[in-house]
Amino acid sequence: MLDEATRTLKPTTPDEVLSAVAEAGAAGRRIEVTGGGTKRAIGRMDRTDLVLSTARLDRIVDYAPEELVLTAQPGVRVADLERLVAARGQMLAFEPPAWTRLLGARGEPTLGGVVAANLSGPRRIRAGAARDHLLGFAAVSGRGEAFKAGGKVVKNVTGYDLMKLMAGSWGTLAVLTELTIKVLPAPRTETTLMLFGLADVRAGEAMTAALNGPFDVSAAAHLPAHAAQARPLRAEMPVTALRLEGFEASVAARVDGLAMALKAFGRIEAVEGDLSRQFWVQVREVEALAGDPRPLWRLSLPPAVGWRAPHALPGDALYDWGGGLAWLATDEPAAKVRAVVRGLGGHALCLRGAEAFAPREGPLGALQGRVKAAFDPLGVLNPGRMEGGA
Amino acid sequence: MKMPAPDAALIARKGEIVRALRRIVPGEGVVAEAADLVPFESDGLSAYRQAPIAVVLPETTAQVSAVLAWCQANGVKVVPRGAGTSLSGGALPLADSVVVGLSKLNRVLEVDYANRCAVVQPGVTNLAITAAVEAQGFYYAPDPSSQIACTIGGNVAENSGGVHCLKYGLTTNNLLGCELVLMNGEVVRLGGKAMDAEGYDLLGVVTGSEGLLGVVTEVTVRILPRPQTARAMLLGFPSVEAAGAAVGDIIAAGIIPAGLEMMDGPAIRAAEAFVHAGYPVEAEALLIVELDGPEAECAELTGHVRMLAAQRGADFVKTSQSEAERLAFWSGRKAAFPAVGRIATDYLCMDGTIPRGKLPQVLARIYELGREHGLGVVNVFHAGDGNLHPLILYDADQPGQLDAAEAFGADILKLCVAVGGVLTGEHGVGVEKRDLMGEMFDATDLACQQRVKCAFDPGLLLNPGKVFPVLHRCAELGRVHVHRGKLAFPELPRF
Repeated sequence: MLDEATRTLKPTTPDEVLSAVAEAGAAGRRIEVTGGGTKRAIGRMDRTDLVLSTARLDRIVDYAPEELVLTAQPGVRVADLERLVAARGQMLAFEPPAWTRLLGARGEPTLGGVVAANLSGPRRIRAGAARDHLLGFAAVSGRGEAFKAGGKVVKNVTGYDLMKLMAGSWGTLAVLTELTIKVLPAPRTETTLMLFGLADVRAGEAMTAALNGPFDVSAAAHLPAHAAQARPLRAEMPVTALRLEGFEASVAARVDGLAMALKAFGRIEAVEGDLSRQFWVQVREVEALAGDPRPLWRLSLPPAVGWRAPHALPGDALYDWGGGLAWLATDEPAAKVRAVVRGLGGHALCLRGAEAFAPREGPLGALQGRVKAAFDPLGVLNPGRMEGGA
Repeated sequence: MKMPAPDAALIARKGEIVRALRRIVPGEGVVAEAADLVPFESDGLSAYRQAPIAVVLPETTAQVSAVLAWCQANGVKVVPRGAGTSLSGGALPLADSVVVGLSKLNRVLEVDYANRCAVVQPGVTNLAITAAVEAQGFYYAPDPSSQIACTIGGNVAENSGGVHCLKYGLTTNNLLGCELVLMNGEVVRLGGKAMDAEGYDLLGVVTGSEGLLGVVTEVTVRILPRPQTARAMLLGFPSVEAAGAAVGDIIAAGIIPAGLEMMDGPAIRAAEAFVHAGYPVEAEALLIVELDGPEAECAELTGHVRMLAAQRGADFVKTSQSEAERLAFWSGRKAAFPAVGRIATDYLCMDGTIPRGKLPQVLARIYELGREHGLGVVNVFHAGDGNLHPLILYDADQPGQLDAAEAFGADILKLCVAVGGVLTGEHGVGVEKRDLMGEMFDATDLACQQRVKCAFDPGLLLNPGKVFPVLHRCAELGRVHVHRGKLAFPELPRF
């Protein structure tokens, strides 16, 4: 199981994960936990003694399309999973991004990885994030104990919702060995309405108008001019985009209604099929900022004030989630970025750059530390990963 | 069902405890007279009753914080309470506890349409949130059947569902943030108005923690624009199997209805006799399917569902033609519990979830178990997400019937777990299913959950006797592997 050259363990069964973590804990070794390794650039990693890769835990355990439930091991590649469910007319509704080009990563994102990082794409505003789709799991905690939580049904409140804790814990609490997720019917069709030439503030108003009406908008993004120039649009001016998905008759009716509601915002074009799909992949993957050499920030904000953070911080931005997610490439110091974003009621994660996570502070920071210690008191798993500071 | 043994010494300190609480919450905010405590003795699981030492009704977060800090310093147990509608005994007092009632924290603090959220205090009722925003065309999606009375604080504690959660999610999927008071009196804010927060998702783990981790003093919920139209359909089937197959077909066709309910023959007849909703009394299974969205979508999908139902032998099909008719279709389902109350003096409402495909098998076995226990059973069912609500009929005045009903209920929940389901879909574990947790989780699973409890409430003073069959001391659970007599990383915090 151990590759001596890379100090990498590639267990093929949950029991092997258990013994690897238990032995490491007993011997005082620290482990870097990884899936496809595509998000390794994010976050600090203190010295580790070995790498534990879940890449060979790659079995689909059970898929029951009629129950909207799928159980798989963490090393299953997201792309394979998406193909599997697409063949049954279903999807991972949280639309997980890969960010491989953005992070200059090799390898393939895995199910365990996107859940551990709680990733989600443009459909976040309608369908939720990975956290909202994890129904149950089995894992090995940093204590070297195999445990499980949740279930294999779509509705369950039995015991604490540890699924929410695992989603977004970046492998610092436990190594996931099996995950049950909710899958949903894929939309039959999609149409994207585009507005052109709007300044950021006006675009924010347009997105709010769209999201506050009965149109069931499944994605709302704004690309300022620098970002709209990128593939596939190659537009000469800013683009504000709203996606409508579902059954044909419904989409047609909502396209009409939304276009009417947005009349005051100027020229509207409807984009369909491949171009619409490619556009949202570009937004999801933040392609417009992929080649930018500056530190890249992911700012999570109250949607209506999304544009304000980039306006207070010189750099280039683009907006997703109706303004609730701002991507910003900037050379401004981390402390300043965090202060501005906090002042607006949000938080900041640095994807490329030294200080990914904010330092833990105050009673909430102490509580976060106690939760980490509950699962991994010896600090065996991904030491330092979610902690602030370089 | 056994609660932790009360501490007689604490009960003897009642006078001192009441005086201390009155210093924190002056006026009429502390209830201590035996007669005045009666309304707080029980919640929606009325088979169990217990008066606490006292009830305190704080009006501010600062008062909640001071009450908890004092209780922690003095080793007094605390039971948080919203409207007391829990069906699992989540708000059942202990004899040596203080109940902290949040009913006076009942204001809508802010409605922020631009960010599609509302900031409310925990004592605001579920329905009052919708009432506060509906003039602007918005609503709050989770709709537990007790929504007229139950509070949002209780909804957060229980992660409440409702008939629309297949499409719109449970409480946890509709929250953005909360203010939480820890047992030591510290006040923390989890989340806010953004779609996620930094660090571990503590909002996610607090939601559904049944009042064991902290007391919620403010909640930020997402509000949604109301769909343009909603249509309900009644589909009657000659068998549960046929109705179950139709549910599978609807989902397989890519349709996620806003509501998808099933009632069995006895439930149909009880409801129809009570409210005359127009249900087919000769049917053995009734589906209520609600579709929402633009008119064009409702028209297309009702046609599609009608066809799928016909293929499975539906012999009664009716689609609502007006809002009044849609509400009438729901009236029978919503009145199912009181309707059953007319045919039996008492009933126990169970709440397991199963993989939907197992429905015919599970229902057949439930009827069989009813015969074995000598008790009747009526089934209503959130068919879309597999959440069963068998209502066990009994008479509390007949010796032995409550015990028989509880044994029957336990058998049903064990059956749910045995077919791949879970003990509770939306009502919570509370005291009701506490001793069945071992059916789903082994000792290690429960220890992992309880260590989260220890991170929030190391003294185990908050809502003890709920959720966990055995509460281990935190020091005992916190032990770590010691290698050759020394810990690997002595600088790390441990508890």
